[in-house]
Amino acid sequence: MRGAVSVERVFKAFGGTPALLDVSLEVKPGEFLTLLGPSGCGKTTLLRLLAGFEQPDSGALRLSGRDVAGLPPYRRPVNTVFQHYALFPHRTVFGNVAFGLELQGLPPAEIAARVEETLELVRLPGLAQRRIDQISGGQKQRVALARALVMRPEVLLLDEPMAALDLKLRKEMQVEVKNLQERLGLTFLFVTHDQDEALVMSDRIAVMNQGRLEQVDEPERLYERPRTRFVADFLAVRNLLEATVAEVAGGRARLRTRGGLDLLAADDGGWRVGAEVGLGVRPERIVLDPPAGAENLLAGRLDDELYLGDRTDWRVATGGEVLTVAEGAAEAQRRQRGDEVRLAVPPESLLRLEDAPGSGA
Amino acid sequence: MRSRRGALLLLLPALLLLLFLFAAPQAAMLLASFLRRSAYGGVERVLTLANYARAGEPLYLRIFARSLGLATATTLLCLAAGWPVAYWLALKAPERWRSALLVLVMLPFWTSLLVRLYAWMFLLRGEGLVNRWLGLAGLGPLPLLYNDFAVLLGQLYGELPFMILPLFASLERLDRALLEAAADLGAGPWRRLWRVTLPLARPGIAAGCVLVFIPSLGAYLAPDLLGGARTVYVGTLIQGQFALARDLPFGAALSFGLSLLVLALVLLFRRPLGAARG
Repeated sequence: MRGAVSVERVFKAFGGTPALLDVSLEVKPGEFLTLLGPSGCGKTTLLRLLAGFEQPDSGALRLSGRDVAGLPPYRRPVNTVFQHYALFPHRTVFGNVAFGLELQGLPPAEIAARVEETLELVRLPGLAQRRIDQISGGQKQRVALARALVMRPEVLLLDEPMAALDLKLRKEMQVEVKNLQERLGLTFLFVTHDQDEALVMSDRIAVMNQGRLEQVDEPERLYERPRTRFVADFLAVRNLLEATVAEVAGGRARLRTRGGLDLLAADDGGWRVGAEVGLGVRPERIVLDPPAGAENLLAGRLDDELYLGDRTDWRVATGGEVLTVAEGAAEAQRRQRGDEVRLAVPPESLLRLEDAPGSGA
Repeated sequence: MRSRRGALLLLLPALLLLLFLFAAPQAAMLLASFLRRSAYGGVERVLTLANYARAGEPLYLRIFARSLGLATATTLLCLAAGWPVAYWLALKAPERWRSALLVLVMLPFWTSLLVRLYAWMFLLRGEGLVNRWLGLAGLGPLPLLYNDFAVLLGQLYGELPFMILPLFASLERLDRALLEAAADLGAGPWRRLWRVTLPLARPGIAAGCVLVFIPSLGAYLAPDLLGGARTVYVGTLIQGQFALARDLPFGAALSFGLSLLVLALVLLFRRPLGAARG
């Protein structure tokens, strides 16, 4: 049970504004779980509840199986990597990493050994005597990581630790932190608003919106099968449509979109005739110039383009809908705005989206 | 070159002001401190070190020591009383009330210290407000005025804002995430105070102590009004030389003695009070 996190029906409000609404979550020992969502969704609040900086209004929090209700932060078996690092400016790199060990009253020789070992672990040797204002942002990030890891926490909490790094450094740190977590076998609870970061690093991702958990799944599953409109939107499913289920037969569901398109979707047993449903399609799943006989063949006109370097996103007007369709850069060169095109939406690319419980209200 | 001349021109009024109102009088005082007192309260043009020799006599050294004691006590009292106020203002008080509360700290400056100390005299004297209330409670009357207690109270009252404001300034800049980080690493409230808040507030503590200590060393109003001039401090002593004894050279020598003492103390405590490091 060491390293397990259990959140049970937790509510939290700040001055009447709800921050967490009935959140339940189980994190397995040694798991890398990411809380993903836009700012204000409650992900940082959940982290702060686990760290002990805030107390829940109701619900239970368990760390390694023990109820931590009412325990102050300095009595909890967790440590935090803060968003802006919160390194002590009056202490050296060594002094920062040694801070928690000094409080435990360990002998200086042991402190020195553990600090050195941890600084090597985060690949930051030789900087121990530097002052905090003498090191770079990436190095500060590593010191913050070392300062928490040296305490050998049962769970490590990370609050958007890479938000202040530039893109290249961030990519490097993502891989490095993930490797570190696997090597140590520690439970990491990681907060971010960056979907790419979440997909790269996590064993599981919990998507949050307006104080609720929308979906908890493995990265691949979350990417391939977002369940709600919010999750789909957050994970770059650019085409979001409203439709009515007209008929379900022969492994296909026939749908009519609000704009008047007739589309066939693969029947997974979840379509109910007459139901209003949300639909999602990733731009890269729609095929331009499809082979004859493809299902969901449509005709359209290229209205607009968005150049993205390695690919182009076309805005295609078709029937009463406007779809975003991605195409590789080389192919896209053959076309221009105003061209008439044929396109196909493969039935299995159509995602059925539900409204989140409570978010429709 | 032109901009440099322009800068000099802009500085000129301030420089002239400093020259005539500060440098020149100081020079005149310095000169006077090396001259002999004339029979009619003026100076005779005879160079002598006698004034400084006299200022070094045990009688006067004791007065210097007493002033040092008063300044030290005032500083420590202000620090003890000002820290909780500044801490509360900077970290606990509701943010929308903060500026209003700060104005309250500075409100006493709107009235002259002289007037405010007279007010204290009315509060503290034998048949004053405090003793009347004590009487209603069946206590007292207590001797509250014209003693060391009254002097210290007056000093604390007069100097407290000069301690609170720099403490507030340094505590307000304190990043609360640092306190959370300390708690996260196992520090309870006292260890957070000792290992994070105090070290980071050190520049404010140093500034507050200097701002309170130096004026307290030459304190004159509170000892004179609330102490009834029964105990002589350096401030009262110097004032007496100019106003009563009409011994201008000795008064000047005492003044420079005080300045030298302050200078020596500032140099002595420069390192321990310096900006937070390490």
